[in-house]
Amino acid sequence: MALDPSFIGRSYPPTDPYEVGREKIREFAIAIGDANPAYTDAEAAKALGHRDVIAPPTFPFAIAFQAAGQVVEDPELGLDYSRVVHGDQKFLYSRPVQAGDRLTVAVTIDNIKSLAGNDVLTVRGEVADETGEHVVTAIMTLVARAADGAGE
Amino acid sequence: MAINYDEVEVGTQLPAQSFPVTRATLVRYAGASGDFNPIHWNEKFALEVGLPDVIAHGMFTMAEAIRVVTDWVGDPAAVVEYGVRFTRPVPVPNDGVGAVIEVSAKVAKKLDDRKVQIDLLATSGGQKVLGMSRAVVRLA
Repeated sequence: MALDPSFIGRSYPPTDPYEVGREKIREFAIAIGDANPAYTDAEAAKALGHRDVIAPPTFPFAIAFQAAGQVVEDPELGLDYSRVVHGDQKFLYSRPVQAGDRLTVAVTIDNIKSLAGNDVLTVRGEVADETGEHVVTAIMTLVARAADGAGE
Repeated sequence: MAINYDEVEVGTQLPAQSFPVTRATLVRYAGASGDFNPIHWNEKFALEVGLPDVIAHGMFTMAEAIRVVTDWVGDPAAVVEYGVRFTRPVPVPNDGVGAVIEVSAKVAKKLDDRKVQIDLLATSGGQKVLGMSRAVVRLA
């Protein structure tokens, strides 16, 4: 069953703040095997001009995807999550996520289309810090597969 | 030693890298990222939903690929845009060896404001696993 295109443009209220911790960033950097000292050593990060350790470029996905749960689980939209794969992902950064950030995410449905029987849903998360300044935009396309298709 | 925009040419290759991925890597990534989808750690479940084996998180592959860029440029904050398409899964067999993600990258365009477009190529087992994989990086 195709998703209802009238949901295109629907926005969801900003999420409660996500507090970014140094140890969470360290855990993520270790998990991806990335030894860049900007992720774990505050002095190294400061030498690059940052306030504290920064997070790797793909770290914000975890925060944005949690926020996208509002869409994925919206009973009115009716997405069948058991058939969903991640089709594509894009980040547009104003600055890196840093330890100490308190980030909120405002989610919007950018597009809904049907391609070869698959539902293709594009969700944009605007991630802002506690002063309201833009940090990163995370745009993800989720594909609810009818049968076989592309995906992660 | 920051990479200088004026010294970079279109076609400049970044140092390529290989990233091994085992089941243990995926379990660790699941914990760190909060993505506990069983297709990334439970072989029985993965096979039941029609996958060839446990597969790596697409976001894990995306995280590895950009390391070629951040290692080259030094400060990860130089990355101002990064996008990929997930074209093919990376199966990770439970043989203690796992899979390898091979990543190469080159300067595709010089943009204004001292920015360059980097095109990335990520393969595993000889197959391209990311499509339309590119980053925009601001250089010194």
